[in-house]
Amino acid sequence: MMFRGETLKMSVKVIIPTPLRPYADKRESVQFEAKTVAEALDRLTKQYVELRKHLYTDDGKIRSFVNVYVNDEDIRYLLKENTPTKDGDTISIVPSIAGGSASIAVAQLRNCFRLKCAFNLKRLGSIEGIRWRQSFIL
Amino acid sequence: MSARIYLPPAADAQIRAHAAETYPYECCGALLGRELDRCREVLAPFPLINRRDDSPRNRFSVTSDDVRAAEKAARAGGCEVIGWYHSHPDHPSRPSEFDRQHAWPWYSYIIVSVAEGTPKEMNSWRLSDDRVQFSLEEIEVKLQASA
Repeated sequence: MMFRGETLKMSVKVIIPTPLRPYADKRESVQFEAKTVAEALDRLTKQYVELRKHLYTDDGKIRSFVNVYVNDEDIRYLLKENTPTKDGDTISIVPSIAGGSASIAVAQLRNCFRLKCAFNLKRLGSIEGIRWRQSFIL
Repeated sequence: MSARIYLPPAADAQIRAHAAETYPYECCGALLGRELDRCREVLAPFPLINRRDDSPRNRFSVTSDDVRAAEKAARAGGCEVIGWYHSHPDHPSRPSEFDRQHAWPWYSYIIVSVAEGTPKEMNSWRLSDDRVQFSLEEIEVKLQASA
């Protein structure tokens, strides 16, 4: 029952992923009063400033590979950072893992080079081809 | 002392086999293991599906749902996800700029180079606290860290 003047407590638990615990006093979770995901994350990164660069880009957006769940729901399918939280909710921060061998530009350049090589191999027998092969020897 | 990661021979073989199997596409998976005093130990690789179907030759992606599945498997085995592995088909086993932008410190990132279908060099990398660069973590292929 609520009484006049009493404020509603909206306590949410934020679970810190293992890789980020060194930046949060090695804590596994932290409890905050927050009405939205944005508010909880804001409080988290104000309390543990070093966490910020691992969760947000320099222009203040959540990094593309950082995913936030309220209980078992991915906030991308709710109201994103404006997703409201209620008392007892658990917020989880889960990375998606991405990477790869080369930038797309480098890969495209490499493919261009391969195509060029294939084209040049076709004309190996021609005089032009002999000149091309000689260019590698010089 | 530089960081060190112990890899049982079976895990080493499993990662290499996965990389050869998916060639010319990148493979990926989690490293289930534990932190020890001055090093860490892989107990088992946890192979995952590369979710990038647009450019799997030079990109890999593990969705957050797959990450949660790996974390669940680790918890069930009494260990944790200490890192990730992936392959670089016809490319050296060093992280790209794209790898750096999508990494977190603490995790071990094992990269195996695959040349024309044959797994070659394997390296493990850790991202610095300031997210600026990766440094090498020594891989020791050994049955048990304490052995």
